[in-house]
Amino acid sequence: MTQLALVIDLNVCVGCHACVTNCKQWNTSGSAGPLADFNPYGADPTGTFFNRVQTFEVGKYPNTQTVHFPKSCLHCEEPPCVPVCPTGASYKRADDGIVLVDYDKCIGCKYCSWACPYGAREFDESRRVMTKCTLCVDRIYDTALAENERKPACVLACPTSARIFGDIHDPDSPVSVAIRESAGYPLMPEWGTYPSNHYLPRRKTALHIHKDELQRADNPLKIDGLLPKPAKSEPSLDDVMSW
Amino acid sequence: MCACRCGIRVHLRDGEVRYIEGNPDHPLNHGVICAKGSSGIMKQYSPARLTQPLRRKAGSERGAGEFEPISWEEAFSLLAERLRHIRATDPKKFALFTGRDQMQALTGLFARQFGTPNYAAHGGFCSVNMAAGMIYTIGGSFWEFGGPDLDRAKLFVMIGTAEDHHSNPMKIALSKFKRNGGRFISINPVRTGYSAIADEWVPIRPGTDGALLLALIHEIIALGLFDREFLVRYTNAGELVNMNGANDEFGMFVRTEVPEEEGCFDPQNKLWWDRASNRPVLSHAEGSDPLLIGEFALSDGTPVKPAFQLLKERVESYTAEWASGITGIPVETIRRLAHEMGVTARDQKIELPIAWTDSWGKEHDTVSGNPVAFHAMRGLAAHSNGFHTIRSLAILMSLLGTIDRPGGFRHKAPFPRPIPPCAKTPNTPLGVRPNTPLDGLALGWPSEPDDLFVDDEGRPVRIDKAFSWEYPLSVHGLMHNVITNAWRGDPYPIDTLMIFMANMAWNSTMNTSEVRQMLNDKGEDGEYKIPFIAVCDAFQSEMTAFADLVLPDTTYLERHDVMSMLDRPISEFDGPVDSIRIPVVPPTGQCKPFQEVLIELAGRLNLPAFVRPDGTRKFRDYPDFIVNYETDTGSGIGFLAGWRGKGGEKFMRGEPNPRQWEMYAQNNCVYHHKLPPSYQYMRNWNKGYLEWSQRSRITRYAEPILIHLYSEVLQKFRLAAQGKGISRKPPEHLKKNIAEYFDPLPFYYEPLEAQKTDCTKYPLSAITQRPMAMYHSWDSQNAWLRQIHSHNHLYVNPQTASAQGIDDGGWMWVESQWGKVRCLAKYSEAVEPGTVWTWNAIGKAAGAWHLDADANESQRGFLLNHLISEELPGTASAEPISNSDPITGQAAWFDVRVRIYKAEPGEPASTWPQFQAVPAAPGTAVKNPGWLAYFAGKGRRK
Amino acid sequence: MKPAFSVIFLTTLIGAAQGLFLALFTAQSYVLFGLLPQQNEHTFYAHGSLVALVFLTGGLLASFFHLGRPERAWRSAAKWRTSWLSREVIVLPAFMGAIFLYGLAHLGGWKLVLATLESGVVIDASVVLGAIGTILAFALFVCTAMIYASLPFLREWHSPLTVINTILLGGASGFSLAATFAASGAPELMRFFAAWAFIITLLGLVSRSASLARNRRLKPKSTVQTAIGIKHPQIVQKSSGFLGGAFNTREFFHGKSPSVLRSVKWGFLLAAFVLPALMLAAGLWANVPEALPLAFAVQYPGLLAERWFFFAQANHPQNIYYQAVT
Ligand SMILES: Nc1nc2c(c(=O)[nH]1)N[C@H]1C(S)=C(S)[C@@H](COP(=O)(O)OP(=O)(O)OC[C@H]3O[C@@H](n4cnc5c(=O)[nH]c(N)nc54)[C@H](O)[C@@H]3O)O[C@H]1N2
Ligand SMILES: Nc1nc2c(c(=O)[nH]1)N[C@H]1C(S)=C(S)[C@@H](COP(=O)(O)OP(=O)(O)OC[C@H]3O[C@@H](n4cnc5c(=O)[nH]c(N)nc54)[C@H](O)[C@@H]3O)O[C@H]1N2
Ligand code: SF4
Ligand code: SF4
Ligand code: SF4
Ligand code: SF4
Ligand code: SF4
Ligand SMILES: [Mo]
Repeated sequence: MTQLALVIDLNVCVGCHACVTNCKQWNTSGSAGPLADFNPYGADPTGTFFNRVQTFEVGKYPNTQTVHFPKSCLHCEEPPCVPVCPTGASYKRADDGIVLVDYDKCIGCKYCSWACPYGAREFDESRRVMTKCTLCVDRIYDTALAENERKPACVLACPTSARIFGDIHDPDSPVSVAIRESAGYPLMPEWGTYPSNHYLPRRKTALHIHKDELQRADNPLKIDGLLPKPAKSEPSLDDVMSW
Repeated sequence: MCACRCGIRVHLRDGEVRYIEGNPDHPLNHGVICAKGSSGIMKQYSPARLTQPLRRKAGSERGAGEFEPISWEEAFSLLAERLRHIRATDPKKFALFTGRDQMQALTGLFARQFGTPNYAAHGGFCSVNMAAGMIYTIGGSFWEFGGPDLDRAKLFVMIGTAEDHHSNPMKIALSKFKRNGGRFISINPVRTGYSAIADEWVPIRPGTDGALLLALIHEIIALGLFDREFLVRYTNAGELVNMNGANDEFGMFVRTEVPEEEGCFDPQNKLWWDRASNRPVLSHAEGSDPLLIGEFALSDGTPVKPAFQLLKERVESYTAEWASGITGIPVETIRRLAHEMGVTARDQKIELPIAWTDSWGKEHDTVSGNPVAFHAMRGLAAHSNGFHTIRSLAILMSLLGTIDRPGGFRHKAPFPRPIPPCAKTPNTPLGVRPNTPLDGLALGWPSEPDDLFVDDEGRPVRIDKAFSWEYPLSVHGLMHNVITNAWRGDPYPIDTLMIFMANMAWNSTMNTSEVRQMLNDKGEDGEYKIPFIAVCDAFQSEMTAFADLVLPDTTYLERHDVMSMLDRPISEFDGPVDSIRIPVVPPTGQCKPFQEVLIELAGRLNLPAFVRPDGTRKFRDYPDFIVNYETDTGSGIGFLAGWRGKGGEKFMRGEPNPRQWEMYAQNNCVYHHKLPPSYQYMRNWNKGYLEWSQRSRITRYAEPILIHLYSEVLQKFRLAAQGKGISRKPPEHLKKNIAEYFDPLPFYYEPLEAQKTDCTKYPLSAITQRPMAMYHSWDSQNAWLRQIHSHNHLYVNPQTASAQGIDDGGWMWVESQWGKVRCLAKYSEAVEPGTVWTWNAIGKAAGAWHLDADANESQRGFLLNHLISEELPGTASAEPISNSDPITGQAAWFDVRVRIYKAEPGEPASTWPQFQAVPAAPGTAVKNPGWLAYFAGKGRRK
Repeated sequence: MKPAFSVIFLTTLIGAAQGLFLALFTAQSYVLFGLLPQQNEHTFYAHGSLVALVFLTGGLLASFFHLGRPERAWRSAAKWRTSWLSREVIVLPAFMGAIFLYGLAHLGGWKLVLATLESGVVIDASVVLGAIGTILAFALFVCTAMIYASLPFLREWHSPLTVINTILLGGASGFSLAATFAASGAPELMRFFAAWAFIITLLGLVSRSASLARNRRLKPKSTVQTAIGIKHPQIVQKSSGFLGGAFNTREFFHGKSPSVLRSVKWGFLLAAFVLPALMLAAGLWANVPEALPLAFAVQYPGLLAERWFFFAQANHPQNIYYQAVT
């Protein structure tokens, strides 16, 4: 069985929000739209977004890490948001594992959002139904698009390619390889929701320089006479040792 | 093409914009797009869009934002009449200043043809230190002119960069670099954005990078970790400097003979001290190798030293211990950084099987490189000591042997240029004459005091005092001083100020509150001190409120544009690239592209380049202008380099091609000329490349461009200040300054503001950064982007904040000598404790950008610019000076010193200062909607 | 969680109705088994049922305010196999139907004897309907409670105590209500209802206190460390990605200070349990009969506060992702 998902590489995400607004523009005019904005030009503007990029600071100065953390629906393998839905509007597709909302069935009771530990669902105040990341179902199967463009909007937008899309049940897919090789992990594993989206941790490249690497025969200062070469006639071990 | 430079594809549904995506075939962004680009729909349909020409209502005050709509014909005749009179009497009374546009080739041409010297774009307040500091050293620069080769680098050091102009390419490259196992170090007082994913963050006190870089140079030289061969062959390290203090040539290179042809190139007539024969030889003489270290005497007794020896002497006292005290970086870290750079450069050499020939005819089988790459931007540039800091960086990069080599710094065409580039301004007030084009460019690259644009007394000709003894190398002008100078009438009053695409009543001005008053100030006679202000903008900004005439521009989705080789093209490392923009939706309302406005005006004013001898217009419109304009009749050089020649068979140079736009459009709107691999590296000294570039008229000379570790240009100014030589001399009161700052070798000095501040009273530095999801001030009208940054905080290290009793999230004051601001505090462990910072230009004036008067931007957001002064107090005898780098006139945005304290409990919970809300301009939306649910193709828009 | 008033009214109103019905049927059963004197007025049960129905309808109405799309409410019966909410949606009308018939049976005085037990107890239609209603009332308590108790992430709710509380609090308020109601319709039953109300209120106090005690000891299972998958003792959110608020900040944060929460807690402990219990006791044993019918008037607002607190105290793990909103 297929389980489509995103893998998000925190090692390269710079927190640019491209995925946030690209998602918004794709979806607001797409099958999930429109996504409403309230007070768009007034006080406390707020609106429906399927994807948010958050920022966390880890550690104390000067050993601080700034972590940019994008989050959308994780398309859980055991999605707690689905069984609680009284209407069946929330469902998980059997063939590709995408968790969706049928906006025509949803009564806007918000119960599914209570049941999602990740805060991944957003209630659309203008249509008064629940919405969430659709994994861009209206792109990824669209045969009118070129093959390599049949990917979620956020994935195509991301300048650092921090967002990888694919089938986590296919061991050879780029997402599975990334999870395996770069220690991908799920969020809040304690709830047994088995999120399909995974995150790749920060990885650190360090350089170790040995003292002796700093002193070398090819030091150019020798050429300019700053590091004198000992004259051949000066005493050396050759004069005193015999083997 | 998107708002700045990336390629986009715009999808429409029933005439409305449905989706904007990155163009996968575009060489710059390869299909990716940023948050701003993705929110283009909300710019296009913003309620803040201006849609008709507006005139200030008779009797209403400037700044009150009271307007009446007029027709374009009225607007044109009003402007033309005024400008015709100015041009016929004193053209310099017309000043044209433009912001972050990409059409300086056209605006500059217009100004020059008009005959005014008073033209500049945003460069002077942006990052001119970066351009000048590096171009005067290596003939190229970061910014849009060159960059780090992260495909091949192993170590990448990023200094003082938050986002920068080529942000998408940088992000693409950074993630590839990291995934390939490269090591990424960021030197920055703040850890956000790019720095967040750095392997190591080196926090530094603002304005002190010069000290760090000089200490790194010290270490690298002391340990012999420099690339000697590179220095010898490709820099002036081995060239002998005249050390005879009594001589007029003191501090200049000793020359053998003067070349026949004078031009803007660096003749190869200097001397080396040959190691083998122990006597002077012509530099680069076959079989010779110079000593870089030592002191020698020429046969006539002249004492000489190699430039490298002087550099070595200069950095002697710049030890890691010294720098640590200034920068706040531990000594071991400074040493380790030097070791990492030096050892990586030395031991991880790259060798590519690419044969090339150097300028001296030597053939090389391979191109080699030392994989240490740097990138730096305004964190270095926007300080008053930035020029020397950036020269230090360029010298460090040169010592490591990383200039235009794989894994290091790479040029982008048309760079490298000669040092300095050829373009010059007139050098006397006589260059400005009524009804005559300016006799030279409005902006240029002085190579000696005689190139300055001053009168006989040494007084500036330009309103911003650029190219004067005050700011001799201000190659991008000083836009941040224009309003203050014009208001004061210093050096003279002007009549008409035209502003295009800049928000000079807000974020691109320092001392904002007072500058707003200056814009509005009247003289004794009851007339405005700046009599007439015309503003071309696409949105209702803070600036448009101060206009007498508002010209509504189109958006980037509505007009033709070019990223021209005559301006700042989008070239790649592997060759020149230029690109165009074509309209995808019709103009909104009566919006008219500013390009069309200029061409129309030029026609009405009879500017020679735009009209035929019989006075009829040469160009139908802007697209026609782009195709048919040539720099000189028959020069074959125009705005676009691609598909020139009758049938589009030529490039760079060729007759106008009537189908040029079409051909660009068919090719992703981009012309990319890939150079053969042998021309892609070592271009300062690559014979093949330089000759190709000469043939293609990118440059006039094919002489090698030797790196200036030691800068004779600076020394020439210093000599003038010391009274030596035959060139012009600075006025008495500026002699000391010139002698001090025009040091041919980099040195460290405290930023000017700190020198004039009691730093115990104002112990902190305050700086800003670009947020990735906002473009300066103008994305607050964007319904999506403003949700991400509807207001801003002052980020303070918890240690610093709690010492003042300031709570996380609480109201606080931040105060400089020049002003104060009430704002919201936010604790952050990712900022150096001596620094406070905020996102740039989030705070807004009430009512601007068509936001409700109670919008968060004006009530909770704040602008740091109120704290920054455009001038620093002079001494008892001297006038105030610009708050700028004394060499380049670069605006010192990041020098401001502040103190912070808690707001009193009873104070209002809103930012201070507040400004009277302006009403919505006629032609903008009538009312803001309570909610918005955009769905393209609903036919709500025509 | 942000307390939703529609849901607070829904649960308290139907809880009281369920309790009231149980009270009525308890009384009838006592009578049936001769533990209480025969009730002449069958209209008492009918009117009682009507009051319960009014409360239920009120609750139902309140619940509609919670829905974004009330016109589609009928769809919510679809997923009874998995969703407690769906089950509630089915049981609630069934229960209302049962009460309706129960009331009707009393009103119409349907004496159709279905069975006579050996002891001579006569089982008529009202008894059968009452028994069905009782089952449904308990089913409804369970459904309502399980809507909350079944969410493992809301650890304050995820406990059998939530079910017990729901039953006891509904029962207490229902019996109090019955006592009030009986004051006019069947004064002879007043003390009976009041006595039960007293007992159930005390039981409610015990179980609610138990759940408070439990919740105080709860250690969050999800932390910012598990939420973003980074192991470090000091992690602070600096930005939740927007500044003007979002659904996630509106729905899941009550925005009240801890001191408000504390006062509401003591307030509901007093108003929902201690005061009504005192009033009931006063009425029963201290000869202040006027106090009895007033107990409900105090207890119901107390239960509203209790529900408010029930929501406010529940800490949704999603809040970890949305701490930074200023
Ligand atoms: N999204 C977005 N992109 C933009 C723009 C925008 O408004 N929005 N504007 C464009 C323009 S006009 C420009 S000029 C570029 C500017 O691009 P950047 O050069 O990246 O400019 P800033 O954002 O000003 O960032 C300055 C950085 O320098 C750091 N800094 C400040 N002082 C010092 C110092 O003394 N030493 C060091 N080492 N670091 C220091 C700051 O912390 C900050 O990280 O961005 C361009 N790109
Ligand atoms: N404190 C502080 N201040 C700074 C800086 C800093 O780092 N710190 N950075 C400085 C730098 S580097 C820069 S470049 C300046 C930038 O400052 P400005 O150049 O003032 O930048 P914007 O706010 O982008 O203003 C651009 C104007 O162009 C308008 N505009 C947008 N699109 C169009 C169009 O298509 N046509 C026309 N005609 N107008 C258009 C916008 O509405 C806006 O009014 O800010 C400077 N100010
Ligand atoms: S993340 Fe939330 S909404 Fe998405 S599938 Fe999992 S539980 Fe459901
Ligand atoms: S809000 Fe809609 S999708 Fe969510 S549980 Fe209710 S009916 Fe189902
Ligand atoms: S997959 Fe599609 S819907 Fe989901 S976050 Fe990305 S762009 Fe948005
Ligand atoms: S677009 Fe990519 S880099 Fe930018 S915030 Fe989203 S995931 Fe991170
Ligand atoms: S960086 Fe500028 S040009 Fe590129 S996508 Fe963003 S807004 Fe558009
Ligand atoms: Mo800039």
